[in-house]
Amino acid sequence: MVTILIIIGIVVVLAGAGVVVTKRRSSPALGAGTPAPQRIEPAAVAPVVLDTTTDAVPADVAVVEGAPVAPVVTPADELSESTPPSVGAASAKSRGIFAGLRAARRLKAIEPSTWDELESSLLRGDVGVTTTTRLLETLRAEVAAGTVTDGSGLLERLRSLLIATLSQVERPEHGELSLEVAAGRVPVWLLVGVNGVGKTTTIGKLAYRAGGEGKKVLLAAGDTFRAAAGEQLATWGARSEVDVVLGAAGADPSAVIFDAVQRAGARGFDVVIADTAGRLHNKVNLVEELKKIRRVADREPGQVTEVLLVIDATTGQNALQQARQFTEAVSVTGIVLSKFDGSARGGVVVAIEAELKIPVRFLGVGEHASDLIAFEPIAFVDALLADDPVA
Amino acid sequence: MFDALSDRLERIGGRLRSRGRITPADLAEALSEIRTALLEADVELSVARAFCDNVAARCSVEALSKSLTPGQQVVKAVHEELIAVLGGETLKISYASRPPTVILLAGLQGAGKTTTAAKLAQWFKAQGRNPLLVAADLQRPAAIEQLRILAEQAGVAFSSSGTDPVDVARHGVEEGFRLGRDVVILDTAGRLSIDQALMAEVAAISAATSPHYTFLVIDAMTGQDAVHTAKAFDETLALDGVVLTKLDGDARGGAALSVKYVLGKPIAFASTGEKLGDLDLFHPDRMADRILGMGDVLSLIEQAERTIDTEQAAQSAARMLEGTFTFDDFLDQMNQVKKMGSIGGLMKLMPGMSKQMRDAASQIDDGEIARIEGMVHSMTKAERQNPDLIDRSRQARIARGSGRSVADVAQLIKQFKQMSKMMKSLGAGKMPSIPGLGGGLSGARQMAQLAKSDPAQLQQLLGQSGGGGLPSAPWAPKAPGVGGGAGSKNKKKKGGRVTPPKGR
Ligand SMILES: Nc1nc2c(ncn2[C@@H]2O[C@H](COP(=O)(O)OP(=O)(O)OP(=O)(O)O)[C@@H](O)[C@H]2O)c(=O)[nH]1
Ligand SMILES: [Mg+2]
Repeated sequence: MVTILIIIGIVVVLAGAGVVVTKRRSSPALGAGTPAPQRIEPAAVAPVVLDTTTDAVPADVAVVEGAPVAPVVTPADELSESTPPSVGAASAKSRGIFAGLRAARRLKAIEPSTWDELESSLLRGDVGVTTTTRLLETLRAEVAAGTVTDGSGLLERLRSLLIATLSQVERPEHGELSLEVAAGRVPVWLLVGVNGVGKTTTIGKLAYRAGGEGKKVLLAAGDTFRAAAGEQLATWGARSEVDVVLGAAGADPSAVIFDAVQRAGARGFDVVIADTAGRLHNKVNLVEELKKIRRVADREPGQVTEVLLVIDATTGQNALQQARQFTEAVSVTGIVLSKFDGSARGGVVVAIEAELKIPVRFLGVGEHASDLIAFEPIAFVDALLADDPVA
Repeated sequence: MFDALSDRLERIGGRLRSRGRITPADLAEALSEIRTALLEADVELSVARAFCDNVAARCSVEALSKSLTPGQQVVKAVHEELIAVLGGETLKISYASRPPTVILLAGLQGAGKTTTAAKLAQWFKAQGRNPLLVAADLQRPAAIEQLRILAEQAGVAFSSSGTDPVDVARHGVEEGFRLGRDVVILDTAGRLSIDQALMAEVAAISAATSPHYTFLVIDAMTGQDAVHTAKAFDETLALDGVVLTKLDGDARGGAALSVKYVLGKPIAFASTGEKLGDLDLFHPDRMADRILGMGDVLSLIEQAERTIDTEQAAQSAARMLEGTFTFDDFLDQMNQVKKMGSIGGLMKLMPGMSKQMRDAASQIDDGEIARIEGMVHSMTKAERQNPDLIDRSRQARIARGSGRSVADVAQLIKQFKQMSKMMKSLGAGKMPSIPGLGGGLSGARQMAQLAKSDPAQLQQLLGQSGGGGLPSAPWAPKAPGVGGGAGSKNKKKKGGRVTPPKGR
């Protein structure tokens, strides 16, 4: 029991001393001569040195030419058969096409229950309290000013307010991703996000899409941490008929990606799409590792043109935190909202776009290669506000 | 997780408590703030509403007007309601009389089923069982391979034969029986609750294997959809409980509260990291305390006992109380404490810590500790033994030697002296106070006092106030015993929660 005393003592000293140290660290005037210690992290498979201080690149990689390494689970004809889905199609399953909040539409006058209903539909869609309150305040002011007078008018205004919110950021049309590089450089698209959101799957879909546009795509298996992550990406490579650069389990992810970039430069690939291991945004050392990955991928001949953050549509308000931290670390250029085919509505991206001005670029709507659609504010808002299937 | 929620509740409670009179408008305002706090923590809307209604019912305006401490009354009502929702017993696995005990894992894509399967296998192995892992996820590319590798890492048997998930699962259970494995864990493909074909498939797997336990795996970051999903899986599979994953993130974890509220099914296990060892039984009562900012002393003690050299610690503690604790002791003990996990994680388990302290502690990683160690190492032996020797010029020398600024060194020494003072006055039987830390240490102080003077009383207090927690913790009722609620025992439980490890 007295060991508690020790813990308290140590923690008191550390936390107290730490207050100053961390405050200082966040200010730009950091005294020189503070060598950051090398962090050596025990890995599950083999010990790896996550050396985030130097950008040394040992090579330890293998290349899988577009042939299947693992059994291809999806039959080829299934891929070609599936027609490009739409938001409507994806969400029709769960919620029907935009019918609007039925009761609100029917109502002539605006009653307290009308407000409740609007609030509920936004909150249930994970839009979040702050954004919901802001939207409703605007509406209340308009009702007070007499510009909106009935239930359906109110709903229409909410819809256009949401669409306007999602129109503040510039969004390349038709889900186009940037390939703009200096002469002699190779564009790199980096996929980042927390664990299990759908990064690897999204890469498979992006590869399928880019391949369909006639681009020569090379995938880089930058997740060398999770068991069988490389095999998973290789399977996607085979499905989408593109080459994959694989690293050994536990290899330095930056090295694998850099190897892919060099190979792409030498062999005239149009783009490298790089996978990264899922990581929680609050793990400092893993975020450092990601920063290094980005730096190395940006090194000649590579040039990072897109950093796509994958967010799972089932995620609640934490998605905002994810977006904040990832973009601070690696300057996210766009968001892919995955698993939008489920019953969750992903309304938190409204808050993300409003606060961070990062455009949502794609919706993931299934597990097939073609289940990726360009984000479109109107269709998204209609799906967000649609009635529940059993209303 | 849950930190922000408890911070919010702390603030609302603090404000209320300071009032002598509470009007219906005050109460309404507090309830609306509580609702907002819950929603921001991803508690499902109808659950947040019901929660606030119940709190309101527990503190009618008439009752409040009669009460001498109406603010306290509201605070207590929130406390009781939280305990009522989250409370309950820690799951006790009962093994099938005719082995193997079959465990089925189901959930949405990406929730963490495969990793959880392997962690569970390792957990059962640690309980002296002999598990078999069965990969019945034939959907996601390389899912089988992933589980095979993880099984190898956990050192448990693995099976996946067949081309149909139902066959694979059935065959897995037969294999478990044939090989004499006493636990069989079935990993299944991720599926959306609205995908009828796949929900029928998992129902068929369940029918073919008659699992003794069916757990829904839920990501702690889940938003409003958690309830919908949990209900759908419960209707299809009759769940026995939930495994909560990715608790090492900073999500506020309202989904856990919602699912418990709506299904009434326990959160059986919680997973707090990517290593196979990062899974343990979920202790609902302890979690309620954590939400309320009361820390989780039981887990802290268990963790300490597992990792710290108690004899040496006891000697150092004695020196602390005498006021003869040196920087050498500090270095030794810091290395011990470091083994227990991240400082930020330990801080979460401690009651009564202010947000400021927690935030500071959560930033202390190995690098920070190394820097602090660096400073201590730059002291001379005499200085380490007697910090009073360290004047300004010595501080400057230490700063140069360790590559830190003089202010850093000064702060470290100041903090060390304050801690020594606090411990010494504790040793002398006084109630110490620590200036300069925003009063964030009241809980720690009190706990330290009890730990020193009367361990039995500490234990008793932990049990007594329902969910645990000390009288000085922000939410604990002032009178002993009034916070009593569901399911708290003061007996010690095995296998405390592991602090979120940093990194991999
Ligand atoms: N229904 C549906 N499932 C998806 C979608 N995108 C991904 N998934 C599934 O989500 C699960 C996780 O996807 P992954 O691509 O492995 O996710 P990840 O982010 O690479 O995961 P880690 O690398 O483990 O962090 C898989 O079962 C995918 O099939 C989607 O848009 N809809
Ligand atoms: Mg992946």
